[in-house]
Amino acid sequence: MRVRKRTLALAAYFFLLVLPIYWMLNMSLRSNADILSTFSLYPVDITFNNYIKIFTDSGWYMGYVNAIIYVTINTVISLACALPAAYAFSRYRFLGDGQMFFWLLTNRMAPPAVFLLPYFQLYSTFNLIDTHIAVALAHCLFNVPLAVWILEGFMSGVPKEIDETAFIDGYSFPRFFITIFIPLIRAGVGVTAFFCFMFSWVELLFARTLTVTQAKPIVATMTRTISATGLDWGLLAANGILTIVPGALVIWFVRNHLAKGFALGRV
Amino acid sequence: MGLLLEGVDKIVGREIHLKDIQLELATGSRTVILGRTLAGKTSLLRLMAGLDKPTHGRVLEDGRDVTKVTVRKRSVAMVYQQFINYPSLTVYDNIASPLKLAGIPKTEIDTRVRRTAAMLHIDNLLDRLPSELSGGQQQRTAIARALVKESRLLLLDEPLVNLDYKLREELRVELQQIFQQRDAIVVYTTTEPAEALMLGGDIVVLDEGRMLQVGPTAQVYRRPATTRVAEIFSDPPINFLPGKVHQGRAHLGKDIHMPLQQHMQGLAESDYTFGVRCNHLCIAPSGADDIQLRAVVELSEINGSETFIHVVYDGHRLVIQHNGVQQLKIGREVPVYVNPCQFFVFDAAGRLAAAPGEACRV
Repeated sequence: MRVRKRTLALAAYFFLLVLPIYWMLNMSLRSNADILSTFSLYPVDITFNNYIKIFTDSGWYMGYVNAIIYVTINTVISLACALPAAYAFSRYRFLGDGQMFFWLLTNRMAPPAVFLLPYFQLYSTFNLIDTHIAVALAHCLFNVPLAVWILEGFMSGVPKEIDETAFIDGYSFPRFFITIFIPLIRAGVGVTAFFCFMFSWVELLFARTLTVTQAKPIVATMTRTISATGLDWGLLAANGILTIVPGALVIWFVRNHLAKGFALGRV
Repeated sequence: MGLLLEGVDKIVGREIHLKDIQLELATGSRTVILGRTLAGKTSLLRLMAGLDKPTHGRVLEDGRDVTKVTVRKRSVAMVYQQFINYPSLTVYDNIASPLKLAGIPKTEIDTRVRRTAAMLHIDNLLDRLPSELSGGQQQRTAIARALVKESRLLLLDEPLVNLDYKLREELRVELQQIFQQRDAIVVYTTTEPAEALMLGGDIVVLDEGRMLQVGPTAQVYRRPATTRVAEIFSDPPINFLPGKVHQGRAHLGKDIHMPLQQHMQGLAESDYTFGVRCNHLCIAPSGADDIQLRAVVELSEINGSETFIHVVYDGHRLVIQHNGVQQLKIGREVPVYVNPCQFFVFDAAGRLAAAPGEACRV
């Protein structure tokens, strides 16, 4: 009896979660006229025109390309900075290490809007506006601290004696780090990359402010489609569905380690 | 020649981990470092390896100052208490890794890895990952990796402590044979007196970061320099009774008033602490010389084939090691026998004044 109650509750919860996504899928497969004229629980006249438009019009598909470019750059930069930093926090004691470690996290406490104005001015001065690297760097503000925290947790789970044994055996530091240590925290690196990807992929404020046309990501493109003729509902819905896909793919790879990642590697 | 630690201190924050360490280890020697937990055994090994730098003092290798030389440039191998292997490498690659890094030709690596693995009976496991092995096999892999290097200094930090009893016995015997074939300096730490005695060689008794006594293991066991050494180097702990020497007789509590034994001749009239190991106390007389004291049973602890009987004699707690199972009622008064020539005598400052002589040893 109890099991059935639980199943029912879960089914209801799942229904509520999936409903908006289903509705978006439903809309993306219908034409605008159809969406606005008739109410239907499922697409009657299925049309792929919305998707075809996205994949043929460079104004649309370049949004995805731009987003993927800066998200990748950001993930690489974040990991490259965070791996050595997390190793230092996990293995060495130095003056103010605790304070510095906490200060990293405080960067995530301020609303992004606080940093927006100075960023805009600084990036303009260096002619970085509307480049992929600008957005990638701006997103490091959130992703580097997060990556350091997650990786530090995973690294502290590796006994220090392994490092020492490697040094006794004669490994140089870079060789030990790349051939022995990183394979040990593979799962942690994967989870960290996923979190960096996710935050950078869904972030809108910086991405929209720091780009004009050349590096405009899809989320920004979507906000700029309101024209005098109204909203293109079907097209927006198709965009929404396509925006979910990369995240879903990445989640699939780290699904077994996500919980530990959310606990910042400290389980 | 060998390793020399000269006036070494290790102070971390306000805590003294090691103080005034003066130690010389000859090439080919085997040294056991005995001490309770937190005595500084691991700190001392880490200093020898070069993993930590001493706060004061110098470390010399064959007369060359290596205090500031990093561990990577020293010829050292270490086995930890925890089973430390590279989890992502197979057993073969684990053992081969120090050789590969030294740039030794592939064929030689192969023969050496296989020889060492055979010596430690893990030659049938070479293709497995460490996580697929039992604890004993993991530690064998770690030991093999340390041995294959043929380093000048081989350090083992309580390597058998995390293994179960049977494996420990097995590996202890094997290690003894392996050490004998090496001309490296072998340093082995342990908390167990029995293990120290079995390994032989020299011993360093360490307590609270200080060296209490250094010497050949058997000799230190027979003549512990202080009450503290006797305590650390006896398991179960040695029994102490305060007493005094007066007019040619020794008086220990209410029952013992014995003439001075052969080894006690020459003791001045004063207060002393008398020590006797618990295997020399019996509940049945074993010889004509035995003297009897009466004690009240507090607890009798059966440990397989032997019984530890805790008694109180004249306000002092004693432990008797009895071979065989013996049930004794708590609170009962029992006679306890001891051969008076088995007493160690320590002076008021805790220094050894007299130790049982050769004639008395059983």
